[in-house]
Amino acid sequence: MNDIRELYQEMILDHSRSPRNFGPKEKHNLSAKGHNPLCGDDVEMHILRTTDGVLEDICFEGSGCAISTASASILTGVLKGRSEEAVREIFASFRQMVAGQGDVPAGEGLGKLAVFSGVRQYPARVKCATLAWHTLIQALSGVEEEVSTE
Amino acid sequence: MNRTPQTNESCPSFSHLDPIRRRFPCLQQEIHGNPLVYLDSAATTQKPTQVLQAVESFYQEDCSNVHRGVHTLSERATIRYEAVRAKVAQFIHAPDPHGVIFTSGTTEAINLVARTIGRDRVSSGDQVLISTMEHHANIVPWQMLCEEQGAKLVIIPCTDDGDLILDDLQSLITDRTKVVSIGHVSNAVGTMHDIQNVIAVAREKGAITMIDSAQAISHLPIDVEQLGCDFLAFSAHKMYGPTGTGVLWGRKELLDQMSPWQGGGDMIRTVTFENSTFADVPWKFEAGTPHIAGVIGLGAAVDFIQEVGFETIQPHEQQLLEKTVTRLDQLDGLTIIGRPENRISVVSFVLDRIHPHDAGTIMDQQGVAIRAGHHCAMPLMSRFGVAATIRASFAIYNTLDDIDALVAAIESVQEVFN
Ligand SMILES: Cc1ncc(COP(=O)(O)O)c(C=O)c1O
Repeated sequence: MNDIRELYQEMILDHSRSPRNFGPKEKHNLSAKGHNPLCGDDVEMHILRTTDGVLEDICFEGSGCAISTASASILTGVLKGRSEEAVREIFASFRQMVAGQGDVPAGEGLGKLAVFSGVRQYPARVKCATLAWHTLIQALSGVEEEVSTE
Repeated sequence: MNRTPQTNESCPSFSHLDPIRRRFPCLQQEIHGNPLVYLDSAATTQKPTQVLQAVESFYQEDCSNVHRGVHTLSERATIRYEAVRAKVAQFIHAPDPHGVIFTSGTTEAINLVARTIGRDRVSSGDQVLISTMEHHANIVPWQMLCEEQGAKLVIIPCTDDGDLILDDLQSLITDRTKVVSIGHVSNAVGTMHDIQNVIAVAREKGAITMIDSAQAISHLPIDVEQLGCDFLAFSAHKMYGPTGTGVLWGRKELLDQMSPWQGGGDMIRTVTFENSTFADVPWKFEAGTPHIAGVIGLGAAVDFIQEVGFETIQPHEQQLLEKTVTRLDQLDGLTIIGRPENRISVVSFVLDRIHPHDAGTIMDQQGVAIRAGHHCAMPLMSRFGVAATIRASFAIYNTLDDIDALVAAIESVQEVFN
């Protein structure tokens, strides 16, 4: 059971049970929906972006597995107040951590997001961890189309 | 994946089945250091050695195309391929082997019917009847047909227990109902439907009847004559055979009237640039080089089932089912989805506050392979108000010990989350 605890770390379980920044907010100017047809996860990200490209507020709605819910919940906290550019960089490192080829540093510089480093061992679950991220990037790009992991 | 030598199954009540389990090479392995407990046979069954050998021997010894050569190999391949047609006909008690059409699977078989006789019979204002409990393969082809023809898809509802509500059948099937296409056994909750009743009413009203037997074919004897349906479909890979092969059985009189659906080699008699004439049934519906090895493997799978015998398969699988339901009912925080009156080889359930996918990952760590998801039955999932379930499904090679492993795996999921 030790192995599986590396995936389902306490912080992930906690955020999946009580997701933060969950529910619709009145003030947001960008939104996007994402869907993972494989497990039926649905997520909707809402962002309040300032004119100079800072993510002043982020929240999410939806339903899904523990990994996808915790991923959405944790990212809202970590990314709040960051610039759009920084967000894209963080996503690149996050992706490298959960799905990159070869040896990758286990979440160095990713702070709290490093709890998802265990996902790497479970290729079938990478999409669960990245769904909220893809949806967030979609919202930032201002594209209306729903994101699908397939 | 580590292959380990077969440890003797410690399942006293089924010790006579050990030799059967030993015939499945894929089952003899460990997953994450635990013996594989394969409970996903509704998705696809494992294949016994004799099926694997039949496929291999075709490629090793008789590899050539069918119906196309006078040379010895082609003759052998054609004989082996056509012999399976007769074997399948006998297996489902079809009067005429020419009613057996080889397809790529159940999905293609249903599409074939929808695109040929479906298109001919269903026109604007007509109805096609299916049920809430269908697999997407028995929904989408009809939905596409109805859209194209301006017809209406009518749905037989089901109870909270997962039984079809057939009381209103007489009014659900009207003069406008041209096709009734019903699953035999639900892949999502395991209900064995009262198809005999549905077929009888549909026939009375003059509708074509099609049965999706994908989940029935390896679990119970099928007699198409006795059922009285017009078409019946199944996939080889859910009955111990290879993937990519399946069967559409059709009533010969109807097949003779139907126009072909795909054009190409093998399905023609003569071709000129002005027009073509078509081969006889069933070849008219088998355009192009078929999955010859797959069909030969299907023949070996039919042999396997007949050697074991439904008289052995049915009580064994029923005992597995009963133990599963009893043990799962004893677990807190677990709800079985569907309590059908007659159930076959499938149990679906959900865990309180735990997503099936998380459960699936954790159970896999224990070597327990279950299916987590919507089981290609999204309308049924909505009917039960769940996005997904965990599904355990059985075949002849499962043991009572497998159920203990299932229960232990569920408990370890709950331990991680609670
Ligand atoms: C009831 C039912 N119908 C149809 C299908 C489709 O079978 P195939 O994918 O082999 O065409 C399945 C397979 O999951 C099934 O369970």
